[in-house]
Amino acid sequence: MNGLMELFGRRSGIVPLLILAALILVVLPLVLEPFRLNLVGKYLSFAFVAVGLVLLWGYGGVLSLGQGVFFGLGGYAMAMFLKLEASDPESTAIQTTPGIPDFMDWNQLTELPLFWVPFQSLTFALIAIVVVPAVFAWIIGTAMFKRRVGGVYFAIITQAVALILTILIVGQQGLTGGINGITDLRTLKGWDIRTEQAQYVLYYVCSILLIGSILVGKFVLDGKLGRLLLAMRDKEDRVRFSGYDVADFKIFVFCLAAVMSGVGGAMFTLQVGFMSPSFVGIVPSIEFVIFAAVGGRFSLIGAVYGALVVSWGKTMFSEAYPELWLFLMGALFISVVMFFPKGLAGLWETHGRRLRNILSRSKAPSPGQLVAPVPPGPERVSGSEGAALARGAVMAERRSE
Amino acid sequence: MMSGTDLVLAVEDLTVSFDGFKAVEGLNMYVDQDELRVVIGPNGAGKTTLLDMICGRTKPTAGSIRFKGKELTRMSEHAIVRTGVGRKFQNPSIYENLTVFENLELSYPESRGVWGCLAFRRKPELVGRVHEIAETILLQDRLEMEAGLLSHGQKQWLEIGMLLIQKPELLMLDEPVAGMSVREREQTAELLRHICKGRSVIVIEHDMDFVERIAHKVTVLHQGKVLAEGSMNRVKNDPRVIEVYIGH
Repeated sequence: MNGLMELFGRRSGIVPLLILAALILVVLPLVLEPFRLNLVGKYLSFAFVAVGLVLLWGYGGVLSLGQGVFFGLGGYAMAMFLKLEASDPESTAIQTTPGIPDFMDWNQLTELPLFWVPFQSLTFALIAIVVVPAVFAWIIGTAMFKRRVGGVYFAIITQAVALILTILIVGQQGLTGGINGITDLRTLKGWDIRTEQAQYVLYYVCSILLIGSILVGKFVLDGKLGRLLLAMRDKEDRVRFSGYDVADFKIFVFCLAAVMSGVGGAMFTLQVGFMSPSFVGIVPSIEFVIFAAVGGRFSLIGAVYGALVVSWGKTMFSEAYPELWLFLMGALFISVVMFFPKGLAGLWETHGRRLRNILSRSKAPSPGQLVAPVPPGPERVSGSEGAALARGAVMAERRSE
Repeated sequence: MMSGTDLVLAVEDLTVSFDGFKAVEGLNMYVDQDELRVVIGPNGAGKTTLLDMICGRTKPTAGSIRFKGKELTRMSEHAIVRTGVGRKFQNPSIYENLTVFENLELSYPESRGVWGCLAFRRKPELVGRVHEIAETILLQDRLEMEAGLLSHGQKQWLEIGMLLIQKPELLMLDEPVAGMSVREREQTAELLRHICKGRSVIVIEHDMDFVERIAHKVTVLHQGKVLAEGSMNRVKNDPRVIEVYIGH
């Protein structure tokens, strides 16, 4: 009970998470036809990146405009395995060199490139989905943060990395599938991923992994590391002169965000059935940032709604007016930053609270009320319980202003 | 030249130049164990730059800074802190969005790595130590208050507390009473007398009454060099010091 109470006092409580879980695990699968549900699954794979951005940008104070890179690395790692499985010698018998992916054959390759070979193993591919983005982020992060590169410069550099990787993928057509990406993926260890039933299973795998990512993020933010990130955003020098290596913490959140993006990329590949450079470059990277901004960059759960709402809007709107979509999204980004800096989560916080107050007035006291009215009085409340209570009180005061 | 004496800090021939301008030039200074040293001097004398170099924020162009025999000039800031040097900034530098308790907790010298932070659990020793420090800095009633809501003077104390909890052997304070009321100044002087027990303290200060009340020994800087050094009385009557302070 005590533990539950504590969660109510925290930044993002357990209730919104349960609502989200009920929505994506129960409601959407019940009301949506399989095709639409698969689309939602695709949006949820983007949500991994947005959740990572909440940690990195919202709490770490580091804006990356190149998260598509990690989404792509994870997605390509998955796609490489699936492509190799789809390119067995029988189904590629008509090629000049059977047994290699079709696009390699078209590009006159006669042998599987060396870096493709380990991707014949699913275990290797799964490890790569996590490790490759983490290592890549670690390299970029170490190079930047240890030299105190931050802010706008970091954002520009990550954007450049996204552009470079896109150019590399497009340019090395024989090795990567070029602009078309890696397409025509069929089975995972003999299990056809294109069937409706498989899509259902993958949707659930994706949702559960996403909720897992949110829980990981919550664990990080609720602990000392989360408080340290807040402290760093406020007074970086003070943190440094309290004996912490600030760069290490930025590298850590950058790697964590990268791993989440990589997992999202892999889930995208599995559900959509291909991976291409159009999910790696600058435009998708900025879209990911918009998801986080619209959802609320201080809310792990808000980020998921941001990804769902904006992606859904994109699908609806760009079917009708494809050429207007980019302008609309730009306007959306600007207006969110200007008028709703805390995004949907901020709206929920202000208006949702009012709503709950009205509801609870007619009912018995809710757990939220038990937490709120503790005055920051002189009596000593010991330990973490006290801190959580006080924070609940302070937050409640702030919201009521 | 780490002799048999109780030298904690030895600054020798310290020079730093910013685009040719020498903010500190050929500076020598020695601080003993348990000493409270006050550094005074007119604006631009290089006082803050000196502290910046000791704590690693600015890298000197030449010279050496040895703390307990360890050369600090090539160490990174967090490593210098971990060897036992604490630094308070001129403007209160605290975490406004966290509570007083959390401010002190983050300054407690343990779990300073990424993995240590992830595995961190609040232990009774830590809680006890936080309460102890809070009492020293007169904030025992404000532990659960958000630090941004404290008064200016209380913020300064909190930052001093955040340094004390690190148990530094050398504590450097940049204008600790700036912007404080008379009563707060008195309390701070009391606090400083209390905390310099068992450690060395370097204080930069402009307020001469305050300096007189706390200093063991005073170093006067002028244009990046040591102009005079000694007891407050001696320094006050040094004609060169009078010249610098009143002469223009």
